[in-house]
Amino acid sequence: MDTVVCVKHVPETAEADILIRGDERGIEEKDLTFDINEADNYAIEEALLWKEKYGGAITVITVGPEDANMTVRMCIAKGADKAIRLDDERFEGSDSYAMAKILHAALKDMEFDAVLTGIQASDDGHGQVGPILAQMLGIPHAAYVIETEMAEEGKLARVHRELEGGLHEVVDVELPAVFTIQTGINEPRYASILGIRKATKKEIELPGLDDLGLQGSEVGQAGSKTRLEKLFPPPVGERAQILEGSPQEVSEELFGLLKDKGVI
Amino acid sequence: MGDVFVLAEHRRGELREVTLEMLGKGRELARQLGGNLKAVLLGHGVDAFGSELADQAHEVLMVEDERLENFNSGLYQKVLVSLLADRKPTLTLIGHTACGMDLAPSLAAELDLPLATDCIGFEFEDGRLLAIREMYGGKLQANVSFGESEQYMATVRQAAFPIKELEPLGGQIVAVDSPLAEEARRKKFIEYVEAAVGDVDIAQSEVVVAVGRGIKEQENLEIVQKLAEVAGGVLAGSRPVIDAGWLPPDRQVGQSGKTVKPKLYIAVGISGASQHLSGMKGSDTIVAINKDPGAPIFNVATYGIVDDLFKVVPALTEQLSGG
Repeated sequence: MDTVVCVKHVPETAEADILIRGDERGIEEKDLTFDINEADNYAIEEALLWKEKYGGAITVITVGPEDANMTVRMCIAKGADKAIRLDDERFEGSDSYAMAKILHAALKDMEFDAVLTGIQASDDGHGQVGPILAQMLGIPHAAYVIETEMAEEGKLARVHRELEGGLHEVVDVELPAVFTIQTGINEPRYASILGIRKATKKEIELPGLDDLGLQGSEVGQAGSKTRLEKLFPPPVGERAQILEGSPQEVSEELFGLLKDKGVI
Repeated sequence: MGDVFVLAEHRRGELREVTLEMLGKGRELARQLGGNLKAVLLGHGVDAFGSELADQAHEVLMVEDERLENFNSGLYQKVLVSLLADRKPTLTLIGHTACGMDLAPSLAAELDLPLATDCIGFEFEDGRLLAIREMYGGKLQANVSFGESEQYMATVRQAAFPIKELEPLGGQIVAVDSPLAEEARRKKFIEYVEAAVGDVDIAQSEVVVAVGRGIKEQENLEIVQKLAEVAGGVLAGSRPVIDAGWLPPDRQVGQSGKTVKPKLYIAVGISGASQHLSGMKGSDTIVAINKDPGAPIFNVATYGIVDDLFKVVPALTEQLSGG
């Protein structure tokens, strides 16, 4: 089972203050920490579990600047075999379609049984790249995958897709195929110290636009079908009544409010 | 020209709500685009849905084929490529659901048309359609424009638009021949698997105390469990807590878990991703405890406490047990 895992190096914004950039098309990144996209971390783990069970090699691939080395090296440290970082300043501004095009150019001549990626990125949340990549590669896909098993190794996978309300849908998918992996499918491991040490010396392949045989018009904003025009804070609706004071004071106030309402 | 198509989503004999939500919004968009609103219904033995949809659309395009009984993105894509290439609606709306997102990206790519996903609003600016969507877990929103194209596609977030009581449109049901020539080969639907039933049904409790990523470690769950006990409620969690295996899946509140509407919902260390909010925003009274004032949970909460949960939860527990 040879697997390619597409990962994204994303800013951690869950608990951070986010500032919109001057051009309103992005955020200020300098004070943010970056890490592997959460769902991609589950994708790499699923590939590692397959490798342990069926053998084969894992290629981890990302599109991004030098900072993203950290994310691909962490995948190597956990047991991926090969790392590719697609880097070219002309990739900047690519939407999901252009991003899939870049990945497609890198993958089209490679041999693999499956491509895994997270169901969506935590920053932009498009959820498009995996299925578009499958379409470009001319292979089937399944999105929102929450369980996998090999029905016939290298030929057919039986996967569970997570639907709404706790329901799963079981589908058989011929390989090679693209699967987008949902969080919670497995328990992502931590890299060992030895693994991390080895990974720092690992050579990362760095193809750019020309190496991929792409034209400038196929990537970046020029190759995109959508454009982020403007970021803005969500409109303020009926925001919560914020209680202020020490933990004891707010607890007492809340208790009174809930009691008055007859909630408790 | 200017037509808006809405793909009907149905599962196991039920039309899913997102379909009606899209038809409500779609009617408005079709009027703005100067076209008609058409529902697209793919399935087997779904005549009853046809009539229901005809009430809310100018026309229902119905493709009856036993191979379409259960959703299969590969087959759906084949049918829709032929339908959309022939009829060229200006905008096609698909639910931002597990099925919609298994379909829309590859469908749009095959038709070579622009797609915006997880849309929560649409606007026209100088006659140009803009999609509004969230980014960074709901902390920001974005206007997204579409590149030059005859047709656009968007996936629409569930519950982003209300189901409206609208004047019936009394549309015609038009049967369209299925373009499918063969059985599904590369991707086959096998079966549905129901969620395991646990010991407690959190949807039945009048008080739900839910814990999120902010709890950091499994050991820390205990303080929230205590709060749930003194509040007379059950302990539930948001996705990260379930993913980590700290609570069983039947305790998950949100789109892929359960929808709860208790009298009191206390969200502890939950930022409020849209998938979570959709599972709890119908609660009567919502209390949110989170140290990040920018957390989207405060936009749906009744009362908010912006502070460290490790200080607030014990204090609140003491207050409740003393009272």
